Amino acid sequence: MKPAPFKYVIARTLDEALAAKAEYGDEARFLAGGQSLVPTMNFRMAMPAVLIDINPLTELSGIKANGVTRIGAMTRYRMLEADAGIGERLRIIHEALPHIAHPQIRNRGTLGGNLSHADPASEMPAIMLALNATLYLRSAKAARQIAARDFFVGALETVIAPDEMLTEIVVPHLPANSGACFMEVARRQGDFAIAGIAAIVTRGADGTCTRARLTYCGVAQTPFYADDAAQSLIGGPVTPAAIKQAAALAMEALDPPGNSHADPSYQRHVAGVLTRRALATAWART
Amino acid sequence: MSSRETRNFGAPIRRNEDRKLLTGKALFVDDLEIPGMLYAALLRSSVAHGELISVDVSAALAREGVVAAYTAHDLGDFWQPGPLLVPPPPIEGVIFNLRTHACLAKDKVRYVGEPLAIVIAESRYIAEDALADIAVEIEQLPAVVDLEAALKPGAALVHDDLRSNVSAHVRQKNGDYAAAAAKAAHIIKRRFAYEHGISSPMETRGVVAQWDERAGQLTVWDTTQAPVFLRNGLAAVFGLSERQVRVVAPFVGGGFGPKIMMFYPEELLVPWASTRLNRPIKWIEDRLEHFVATTHERGQIHDAQIALDAEGRILGVKDVFLHDTGAYDPYGLTVPINSQCTLLGPYVIPAYDSTFTAVFTTLPIVTPYRGAGRQHGVFVIERLLDIAAHELKIDPAEIRRRNLIPPDAFPYDNKIIYQDFAPLSYDSGNYEPILNKALDAIGYAGFKDEQKKALSEGKHLGIAIANYVEGTGIGPYEGARVQVQANGRVSVATGIGTQGQGHFTVFAQIVADQVGCLVTDVDVVTGDTDRFHWGAGTFASRGAVVAGNAVNEAALVVRQKILKLAADHFECAEEDLELGNGEVQIVGVPGRSVRLSELAMKANPMRGAVKPGTEPGLESTQYFGPPGGATASGVHAMIIEVDPELLTLEIKKYVVVHDCGTVINPLILAGQIHGGVAQGIGNAFYEKLLFDDAGQLLNASLADYLLPTSLDVPRMQLEHTVTPSPLNPLGIKGAGEAGAIPVGPLFAQAIEDALGLKAKGIELLEIPLSPGRLWQLITQAG
Ligand SMILES: Cc1cc2nc3c(=O)[nH]c(=O)nc-3n(C[C@H](O)[C@H](O)[C@H](O)COP(=O)(O)OP(=O)(O)OC[C@H]3O[C@@H](n4cnc5c(N)ncnc54)[C@H](O)[C@@H]3O)c2cc1C
Repeated sequence: MKPAPFKYVIARTLDEALAAKAEYGDEARFLAGGQSLVPTMNFRMAMPAVLIDINPLTELSGIKANGVTRIGAMTRYRMLEADAGIGERLRIIHEALPHIAHPQIRNRGTLGGNLSHADPASEMPAIMLALNATLYLRSAKAARQIAARDFFVGALETVIAPDEMLTEIVVPHLPANSGACFMEVARRQGDFAIAGIAAIVTRGADGTCTRARLTYCGVAQTPFYADDAAQSLIGGPVTPAAIKQAAALAMEALDPPGNSHADPSYQRHVAGVLTRRALATAWART
Repeated sequence: MSSRETRNFGAPIRRNEDRKLLTGKALFVDDLEIPGMLYAALLRSSVAHGELISVDVSAALAREGVVAAYTAHDLGDFWQPGPLLVPPPPIEGVIFNLRTHACLAKDKVRYVGEPLAIVIAESRYIAEDALADIAVEIEQLPAVVDLEAALKPGAALVHDDLRSNVSAHVRQKNGDYAAAAAKAAHIIKRRFAYEHGISSPMETRGVVAQWDERAGQLTVWDTTQAPVFLRNGLAAVFGLSERQVRVVAPFVGGGFGPKIMMFYPEELLVPWASTRLNRPIKWIEDRLEHFVATTHERGQIHDAQIALDAEGRILGVKDVFLHDTGAYDPYGLTVPINSQCTLLGPYVIPAYDSTFTAVFTTLPIVTPYRGAGRQHGVFVIERLLDIAAHELKIDPAEIRRRNLIPPDAFPYDNKIIYQDFAPLSYDSGNYEPILNKALDAIGYAGFKDEQKKALSEGKHLGIAIANYVEGTGIGPYEGARVQVQANGRVSVATGIGTQGQGHFTVFAQIVADQVGCLVTDVDVVTGDTDRFHWGAGTFASRGAVVAGNAVNEAALVVRQKILKLAADHFECAEEDLELGNGEVQIVGVPGRSVRLSELAMKANPMRGAVKPGTEPGLESTQYFGPPGGATASGVHAMIIEVDPELLTLEIKKYVVVHDCGTVINPLILAGQIHGGVAQGIGNAFYEKLLFDDAGQLLNASLADYLLPTSLDVPRMQLEHTVTPSPLNPLGIKGAGEAGAIPVGPLFAQAIEDALGLKAKGIELLEIPLSPGRLWQLITQAG
């Protein structure tokens, strides 16, 4: 469990990091918190020839709020957990964070590293999808923005090009009278989810649901967005019957792959149960 | 001992070794750095079963920093199948096909992970890089994974020279089961599948070897639980005398059984390469290797039946089971014999007929892991009693009570042979008070109401209770040397190894009481064959029983020497003296005392003459071998809450009532129980070795193989009863495995109760369970 030989490049500025990535391309990987990358290197599942350490890039670390919340890619989970503004405006992030690994790992792991890693069982991709976040990508030559919905391509696969870096995550705030809830089932505290759900609903002035988003982790090759199920809630109150119907639609849409702890049928079942519970809680929070 | 002397024995004394351990000052094998040291890595088979055509290390040798690379062919005459550790017990009609592994595969590979080559390099990094340079050609054969398929005609043969995959076949009988069944009011037959996992010690295995050519001395630091045994073995294979080999098992981070196995390939290869290269060599097993390179315990399938009278009294049990022994069987029959014997539990079972077949598979080798097959047997009998209770409409606690061996029946002869070759006889016991205490502690009487009330609030609570016995403290013997040093400290050396149990404290407590010093003034050395060169090892919950009594015997002799010398010094009678605080004092005459340090110096005069027959020093070496094993026993009880939809569960209350004879240190005992229960919980609900049909382990990492964490292990309520063992002067029974043994049936019973599964015709007849597995069982049942 020792990594294969690699060259280590320490980036002092964003430009240096991007220049190095432009030079080495696919051969190189950014080293953020290292909590996903280093284990895969020790297993020799990943053997990058070059590591570009972006930990010195303090400009990529931090949380700002002005109408939207902007989170630097190098922001550690722990900083998100400790941020009162997130707790106020985007409480669902706080609800999901304790499900990610353990405090030691959250002290190192970064939001940008996590989203770039794109583990389909991971919590934050589903959360960012539910929150309709926009991801900012930079290369030495250009910058672009992409919706979370278009960012994840497959398991451990994103649209990030070989010369690009994820620099910032921009999260819009929820409309008034919104309620959100994150729930998951994992084998142990801190394990990757067997199934997890982020449910966000908004109550209109007339008491009906005006907006709904349902996203899942652990049940597909990418974080999963249950369009039909969410749509079915709009236009009426979120009654137990409406919840039941939405859960049924979500379960129908899901085609979970199964894993060593859960066969596909159990995963689907768990997703269904959690959909009901999370929706009821989210609605109660509106 | 006079009544005024201090008694440390039995007191909850904090551990002497913890300061060292917690401040990073304890020596572990991986801490050794010796000038000129080289590092080893092993290439292991990626195929479970196949003809080994060639292993070519030439490219690896060409890599910079690689010093040597060896295959089986490079070993010459040193290449030999290894020894048999435990010969089969003398049971009539036993079949045992001994097939042991060599240190590197030569013609055939038999499990994924079997070593093919060793690379020695300037660093472990380079050694691992070089593994990728080695070219291996293997002609793949069908893997043998399923126990039943392995025995079918036409199955691929793990060992071609045998006509089948049978490693062993043993039948043990007491009484006449057919006659018992004929008069039974009720017979229950079920099939049970029980799998145990891997012990996952915090410290994986490791070996450092240093051959000193000038001194003709081989020193091996090893994570073994049995250093003396390993020393003897190494001396034999290297053609050295035993005094030329020193094995040191320093602090070891957890043993649990697999570290007794001998020889692990690395234990031979690393010293051998050191003698060839005349350089110290280190090999530390990484976690990935640990999953396949250290022995497992794994599974058994039992077809069992129980015959009962109308009141639920057991008339007889018949059991036929298959046992997975893995690719080789160097550990003999210990695990399946333990299953066979421990199934009998604390119950009167007048007729018993048990047959097992140990089966070769193309999977890693199976040897004992904490519990050592006892879990499997306990699961079968406890589940049979639960089913019987349900069918006969008797309360599960009540049916157990009715079948307990009565206190006046000890020593109780089960009339079959145990792993230590002796008849399975329980030395002492008093089982009903243990059951009563456990029922009280868990709140059994009021639980039905509590359960109903909770259910009305949508909460599904379940309760369970399980009995077990644990054969402990088996022979042959251990020894100890106790010596009062000139600085007043007392040194103790024993041959057993230590893996975190607390030997540095419990042995110190025993000695401190005898010689009258502080527990913290006793320095214990374990597991260094140059410090104490006789002994067997730390296993079968025997350290405290066997080594503890040897320490006591030696300390007793030292005490007598102290008294004699002090009586000479004061010119008084020994009866007028008392020991304490590191000195000997004349009773009732404060100030008239002499320090132990002074006596130690007196006992080793530098000038003048001594009386004929005088031995220097306040020192003694004594040995202890019990006439038979001591049988501990206990009851675990648990209340859980199950989420009826998600099938996840939470342990609300966990009770252990335990009888391991006299208790040396209740804190350390509690630690043993806590750790055992944690491993039991892992076994019951988290850990499963997942092999595919090709014999590949699919979850060989701690991300995928789930050990319970501190968040999954509840606080436990521990209680004791004390029935001393008559088989040793201190009355001790072992406690190392007790926590781990009955947890499987406890989970099955509690989940059934919480979800009302019995009423739905669903029975949980397997371990491990998990929410995902429960979902399958429940949906399959419709
Ligand atoms: C024991 C354990 C348990 C865990 N449990 C969970 C869990 O329950 N849920 C969960 O979601 N995660 C879990 N993780 C993973 C953890 O969340 C990681 O921290 C996270 O996935 C990666 O973040 P990182 O900053 O450590 O990234 P790294 O490991 O440093 O990088 C991950 C990948 O992203 C790339 N990368 C990093 N930053 C950027 C960037 N800015 N732009 C482009 N590419 C980049 C890297 O090159 C690498 O390929 C666990 C990890 C461990 C060790």
